[in-house]
Amino acid sequence: MQDDKIKKLEERFEARIAADEKIEPRDWMPEKYRKTHIRQMSQHAHSEIVGMLPEGNWISRAPSLRRKVALLAKVQDEAGHGLYLYSACETLGISREELFEQLHTGKAKYSSIFNYPTLTWADMGAIGWLVDGAAIINQVPLCSTSYGPYARAMVRVCKEESFHQRQGFEIMMTLANGSPEQKEMAQDALNRWWWPSLMMLGPTDAESVHTAQSMKWKLKRKTNDELRQQFIDQTVPQADLLGLTIPDPELKWNEERGHYDFGPIDWDEFWQVVKGHGPCNKERLGARVKAWEEGQWVRDAAVAYAEKQSNERSLKREETVIQSKAS
Amino acid sequence: MSKNWPLFEVFVRSKNGLEHRHCGSLHAADATMALQNARDVYTRRSEGVSIWVVESKNITASNPEHSEEFFEPAADKIYRHPTFYDLPDEVKHM
Repeated sequence: MQDDKIKKLEERFEARIAADEKIEPRDWMPEKYRKTHIRQMSQHAHSEIVGMLPEGNWISRAPSLRRKVALLAKVQDEAGHGLYLYSACETLGISREELFEQLHTGKAKYSSIFNYPTLTWADMGAIGWLVDGAAIINQVPLCSTSYGPYARAMVRVCKEESFHQRQGFEIMMTLANGSPEQKEMAQDALNRWWWPSLMMLGPTDAESVHTAQSMKWKLKRKTNDELRQQFIDQTVPQADLLGLTIPDPELKWNEERGHYDFGPIDWDEFWQVVKGHGPCNKERLGARVKAWEEGQWVRDAAVAYAEKQSNERSLKREETVIQSKAS
Repeated sequence: MSKNWPLFEVFVRSKNGLEHRHCGSLHAADATMALQNARDVYTRRSEGVSIWVVESKNITASNPEHSEEFFEPAADKIYRHPTFYDLPDEVKHM
């Protein structure tokens, strides 16, 4: 009987999604839908938060005030994006503390790309251009995903993201048109960030365990391989414009397919990084946990202050009542 | 163990003449801090001229499971709509 009822609810639920209706927080949803969304949305939020670290590294060393304010604003946006996504995720009944706990203990994942080091200023350009470029390709389809709070958060994120990519491209452009050393710096950054950016769009469709279900729930609207191809097709002409060479000897336009062919991706490297053995996994998580722990006294002080204010307010109210009774 | 910051819902008026609209939520120690955080989180690009914050626990929401009995009574009252009334074509604008 109970199973029958759930089956009926599930059918109605799937029909709603098929009809492009949105699901809102208090609506009935299958447990798996809830869990899958918590996993993906929290991973996304964690990626924004950890994603601040490789760039934060360069704020104090930006080459000009113009670059510095832009980078600062970009990193601030990422904090904002993390917060939109955490709050959207909490509508599914998981608390912020649990989400942080999952990040800090390594139970939850974040985007593998942030486990690579940012060695030179050119990396700020490459990250904006490539990493944010890949993120945009990933995120635009999510604006029409089935879960209302996620879709709304993504609309806001996407609006803000395009400045991130443009500021990155401008950095690359300036370096590529600069001295031979500067151009070499830009090329070196492209060499190091190209393959991780392709990996960032996720394992190949054949290897991706969640794709089929996620497509059905519109949590994914294009497969990883489709997104990757789109990213490559879009980025190659931009690299040409910069006069930089993409580090893939097999990269070639395929007239018949109407797409670029590209060389094999080193998936062993990808899985190594995902499993925690990337160049900076420990450093990133360590920095995040340290910031959280060292901020504890600030959060406590804020609570103490709020309580004190609230007590003083109620004390004043009581006094006013007593005075008005007396008079 | 310290206390966690409560959750606030944030409503932003994008410009005068428009209503405040729900745009998300955030955690803060109190309402004053929630307002300041809401400004930084939700209006970094001049998206607002006024912000409301309210602690989420103070919102009473309708239950979607009761949506049918709650909202359906309006569905059969088509006489509440102007198109229900037959008027001659000569009456151009009414």
